Amino acid sequence: MTDTTTDAAVSAGDPVTEDGLPTYVADFLNTHDPATMPRIDFLRARFDAGLAWVHYPIGCGGLGLDAAAQSIVDAALEAAGAPDNAPHRNVIGLGMAAPTLLAHGTPEQQRQWLRPLWTGEEIWCQLFSEPAAGSDLASLGTKAVPDGTDWVVNGQKVWTSLAHEASWALLIARTDPTVPKHRGLTYFVCDMRSPGVDVRALRQLTGEAEFNEVFLDNVRVPDDNRLGEVGAGWKVTQSTLMNERVAIGAGAAPREGGPIGFLADLWRQDETYRTIGSFDKLVQLWVEAETMRLTTERLRQQAVAGTPGPEGSGSKLAYSLLAQRVSSLELDILGEQGLRFDDWSFRRPNLDDEHNRPAGYRFLRTKGNSIEGGTSEIMRNIISERILGLPSESRTDTTTPWNELPR
Amino acid sequence: MTTGIERPPTDLLYSEQEEFLRETVRDVLNKACDWTSVLALTESESAIDRALWRTLAVEVGGAALALPDDIGGAGATWRETAVVLEELGRSIAPVPYLGSAVVATIYAQEIGAGDLLANLATGETIAAVAVPAGAPWFRPLRQTVTVTDSTLTGTVASVADAAAADILLVPVGEDTYLVDPAAAGVRCTPVVSLDETRPLVDIEFNAAPAQRLEGTRPAGDATAAALRAGTALLASEQLGLAEHCLTATVEYLRVRRQFGRALGSYQALKHRLADLWVQINQARAAARYAADCLATGSDDLAVATAVAHSWCSEVALHAAEEYVQLHGGIGFTWEHPAHLYLKRAKSSTLMFGGPDVHRTHLTGLIDLPLPTLENI
Repeated sequence: MTDTTTDAAVSAGDPVTEDGLPTYVADFLNTHDPATMPRIDFLRARFDAGLAWVHYPIGCGGLGLDAAAQSIVDAALEAAGAPDNAPHRNVIGLGMAAPTLLAHGTPEQQRQWLRPLWTGEEIWCQLFSEPAAGSDLASLGTKAVPDGTDWVVNGQKVWTSLAHEASWALLIARTDPTVPKHRGLTYFVCDMRSPGVDVRALRQLTGEAEFNEVFLDNVRVPDDNRLGEVGAGWKVTQSTLMNERVAIGAGAAPREGGPIGFLADLWRQDETYRTIGSFDKLVQLWVEAETMRLTTERLRQQAVAGTPGPEGSGSKLAYSLLAQRVSSLELDILGEQGLRFDDWSFRRPNLDDEHNRPAGYRFLRTKGNSIEGGTSEIMRNIISERILGLPSESRTDTTTPWNELPR
Repeated sequence: MTTGIERPPTDLLYSEQEEFLRETVRDVLNKACDWTSVLALTESESAIDRALWRTLAVEVGGAALALPDDIGGAGATWRETAVVLEELGRSIAPVPYLGSAVVATIYAQEIGAGDLLANLATGETIAAVAVPAGAPWFRPLRQTVTVTDSTLTGTVASVADAAAADILLVPVGEDTYLVDPAAAGVRCTPVVSLDETRPLVDIEFNAAPAQRLEGTRPAGDATAAALRAGTALLASEQLGLAEHCLTATVEYLRVRRQFGRALGSYQALKHRLADLWVQINQARAAARYAADCLATGSDDLAVATAVAHSWCSEVALHAAEEYVQLHGGIGFTWEHPAHLYLKRAKSSTLMFGGPDVHRTHLTGLIDLPLPTLENI
C-alpha cells in the first residue's frame, strides 16, 4: 500500500498565499534537498507540500492557488535541480484522470489515487473507445451488471494507450441498455490488475504498438470505484474529454518548435535538398507554423489571465493537419533517402526517442494526430456547432433506447 | 500587479482600454457606415467618407492614438491603432486611415517633421505619402520624380488613400517635399480601382511647387519604416474583414433553408466554416503579434510583419471568397455587400508587395537559403 498521509505543516499552518509562495518553496527546498533525497521520496514530499499542482485543493497535492502560480514553483524547483515526475510517461493520468477525479471523485477516492498518480508510481489509461464505438463513443456496448457490492464488466475496448503499463483505468460501461444511449452509461475506475483484464498490443502502421486492445471478461469492479451516479457516466466522460483537448503548454513554445524544426534544419543542412517547388511550400508551412505558435501562445496568455478562449479545439485540429503536411514535405526533400526506414519490428515505442527516428516515421505517425483524441471531423463539428452556433445534423439516435438502435 | 509571475515577452491579448476603444469605434461605424452608403459612395464623385473621417479622426481622436499627448496625440500605442483598423476592416469603411493615420504619420515621425505631425494629430489634415500602393518596405523605391528649382516633375502611379489628401509627402532621394495637391502643376487622376472603397490615384507633377522639408532625417529610411508599419497594421484590418465575412456567413447559413433544413446543418458547409474559424484565430495571433512588435519597437518586427501580411492576406481573401460562395446567388450580386469585401480582400493582398514577396523576404531573415540554380 502507498503511504497517503498529508503533510501536517500544510494543513495546520497558515494558508500559503501567492505572495508567500517563493518563500514557501525556498523553505521546502531547505528541508528537502533533491541532491540527497531519493527521487520518489522527493516527489511524494512535493505532493504532500501542495507543490504538485498548486491550483488543486490542500490535501490533493495543491494549495488552492491560481494555476498561473505553478510557474513560480516549477522555475524554483528546476533551478534547484529537482527531479520531475516524468509527465510524458503518464499523460492520461495527469491530463485526464486527475482533473476527472478532482471534479467527480469522493474525498476517499482522491486520497487513494491522486498522489501515486502524480508521482508516476501508478500509470493510468482510459477504457473508452470500442471497435464499434469510436467517434460515436456514447454508442458503446461494454456491459456492467451489479452483483452484490461489485459490478461485473464484460466487453472489448481499443486504442488504449499505456494499458500495458497502467495500474488503473478510467472505464465507461453500459449499465442500462433500455434507455437512450447517453443515459445508460456509468463511469468507473478499473484496477488493471484485476482477473479477467487481458491487454493485447495493437500494432499500428508505424510497426510499433503504442496502443492496446483490452478484453474485459467478467472483471469485478467494486461499487466504491464508481465516479458519479449510476447512469450519469456521460457527464463524467464529457469532463474527461474536455480535459483531453484543453492541453495547454506550460511554457511558451520556441519558434520552430515541433515538426517544422526538423524540416527547417534539414533545408539548412545541405544545399542539394533545396528545390524551387519545395522552397515555396517550406516557407508557407513555416509561416503557418509560426501563426500556430502565436495562436497557442495567445491561448496560454488567455488561460493565465483567467479568460480561457474556445480556441483549444482549433489548435488540436490545426496542429495535426500542419504536422502531416510538414512531415510529408520533409520526406519529399530527402528524395531517395526518404525511401529508407529504420525499423519495422513489432515493439513498444520508446516515448523519448522520436528525434532519432527518420522522417518516414514522422510522416506515418502524424497520420494518427488527426484521429486520436477526437478526429478532425469531430473537431470541426464541435467548432461549428458549439462555437459558431450552427445547427447539428438531424439524427435519430438520441431518443431511441440503446438496445433498439440498428447496429 | 501579481508579483513573481513572468510576463510574456509579447502581449497578444486585448487590454481593457483596447476593448473600450473598439466599442467606441464600432458604435460610430454602426451608426455612420452601413454598407449601402459605402456602396453609394463608391459610385459617387468622392469615394472617401469625409464626415466619417471627421467623426473618427477628429471627434473620437483616432487619428493620432499612438502619438505622444504633448503634440496632440492620445499617448497610446500602435496596438490601439490596430484595433481601430480591425473595426474599419469589419465595416469596410472608406476612410484613408491606413494611409494617413499610419503610413503618413509614421513617415512624418521618422523624418522628424514636428509641425506636420501636430497637424496630423488633430485629424484636421489628411496626408498621403506619394508611393505606389504595391511597394514593399524592403525595396528601394524607383525614382520617378525629379526636382528643379523647388518644383517637382514626374509621375507616381497607383497611390492609395491619396484621393482625399490635403497634403502630399513626396520622397525624392533622401529629401522630402511637401506638395499641395490642389496646386497648379499637380494632377491627381482617380484610377478605376479593383477596390473602390480604397481608391487609387495617379499623381502627376508638372513643375509643381513643392516645399523641401529642411533639416529632416533621410526619406529612404522613413519610407521603409512607414511602409513596414503599414504592412504590419494592414494585417489587423484584414483580420476585421475576415471576421465580418465569417460572422455574416454563419448568420446566413443558420436561417437559409434548402431541402427542408437549415443550410448550416450540412456538414460539408459547417466544416468549411470551422476551418475558416481556425485560420482566423491564427490571423488574430499573427496580427496582434505584428502590432505589438511595432508598438514595442521589437527587433522581431520584420519577421512579424512578413508572417502577418502573408497569413492575414490569404485568410482575408479566403474568408471573402467563402462569403460570396456560401451566399449562393445573392452573394454574386451588386445588391449584397460580399463583393465589396471580396474586392477589398484581394486588393489588400496586393498592397505593400504581397504575400509571396514577403515570404521570399522572410527567408533571408530566418536563414532558409534560396535554392541554388544547380538543383533545377
